[in-house]
Amino acid sequence: MSLVYAGILSHAPGITGRANLVDNEEARDEFYASLEKQRLEIEETGAEVLIVIAAEHFANFFMDNMPAYCIGIGDKHSGPIEDSEWLKIEKTKIPGAPELATRLVKSVMHSVDVAYSEEWRCDHGIMVPLNFLTPDYDMPVIPCNINCQGPPLTPLSRVWQFGEALRIACDEQSEKIAIVGTGGISHWPATPDSGKINEEWDRAFLNQLMHQDKQQLLSYVDEEVYAEAGQGGFEIRTLIAAAAAAGGRGDLQFYTAALPIFAVGCTVARFDISP
Amino acid sequence: MSLYQVQKFLYNLNRDEQIQNSFTKNKEEVLVDYDLTEEESNALVSGNIGLLYVLGVNGQILMHFAAYLKIEWFDYLQAMRDGIAEHGPVRAGIYAMTGGGKQFAQAPDSSDGEGVGDSSQ
Repeated sequence: MSLVYAGILSHAPGITGRANLVDNEEARDEFYASLEKQRLEIEETGAEVLIVIAAEHFANFFMDNMPAYCIGIGDKHSGPIEDSEWLKIEKTKIPGAPELATRLVKSVMHSVDVAYSEEWRCDHGIMVPLNFLTPDYDMPVIPCNINCQGPPLTPLSRVWQFGEALRIACDEQSEKIAIVGTGGISHWPATPDSGKINEEWDRAFLNQLMHQDKQQLLSYVDEEVYAEAGQGGFEIRTLIAAAAAAGGRGDLQFYTAALPIFAVGCTVARFDISP
Repeated sequence: MSLYQVQKFLYNLNRDEQIQNSFTKNKEEVLVDYDLTEEESNALVSGNIGLLYVLGVNGQILMHFAAYLKIEWFDYLQAMRDGIAEHGPVRAGIYAMTGGGKQFAQAPDSSDGEGVGDSSQ
């Protein structure tokens, strides 16, 4: 087994960029502590490479040529594209894992027509997780993107298939690989409604995700997600893909809706890796 | 198609420091390469976040543009509300305002949601 860790975490830019505007410092610090625990858990597995299943926000792809799925196979990535002062993350280079990433792409292609890219610019969707999980940028990272921004979006059934394909691909490799899915649950980011969170919806979704309730997870319809969880809810694709890759039940290690300045319900969870 | 051009410009601007430098020096010259209406061009040149939001620019693209313009967070949110008040509902896309203008996150020194344009944070 080469997949040694699978988990999920939130990635909203406010998590780093607006930390100073938090009015609930206790909740913020608990969240940060959970992210540090996640970093340590990944480290304890001996993971050599981190796959980040993300939902980018127009850092690499636009509607002139929008892949449903893409894997970064470059030897290095750069980020953040955003103003560093705004995100409070310095611009940097992130090591890639080109040979391994290429092997993964070849394997995934047997079931999902994934695109690949040797150039990858990271926005907050990847930089915020890395800020907590590999803060020294000393761990090779393989970015994966699922288009959650420019409809039409890939169906959830295909998302599940992508996660399973990634798992098969990982299991074919000798390297120890960690996977995290990073996305929001209900949220209305980059609108005047920023900070709105449907906690009930979030908890129902997370319960299904932690129990690997595939039938329920794949029953979500974008129109209903938009109404109940906002356009940010489309990012559940990243979380579902991570669950599908893991195959085992999840442990919700942290969730709070008490940090609206972060504009998302803040989440950290780990999955068991199925045999 | 014109909204596509607005977003394409902002996409290019947001991810390319050279374009940012060129745009800072001469905005109109950079925009010549894009097929924009006068309203769109003026909104980009003046950094009119409210109008760009109403025109339907994807929120993530617009948020990054606001960061490039160094607009403070609560000012940025208020600018979108002001845009709706002046120009009407969002005309396209998936980033429409659904909360009736309510403020869901408060500035640390704001207790009632008033004065959300305060940029003193």
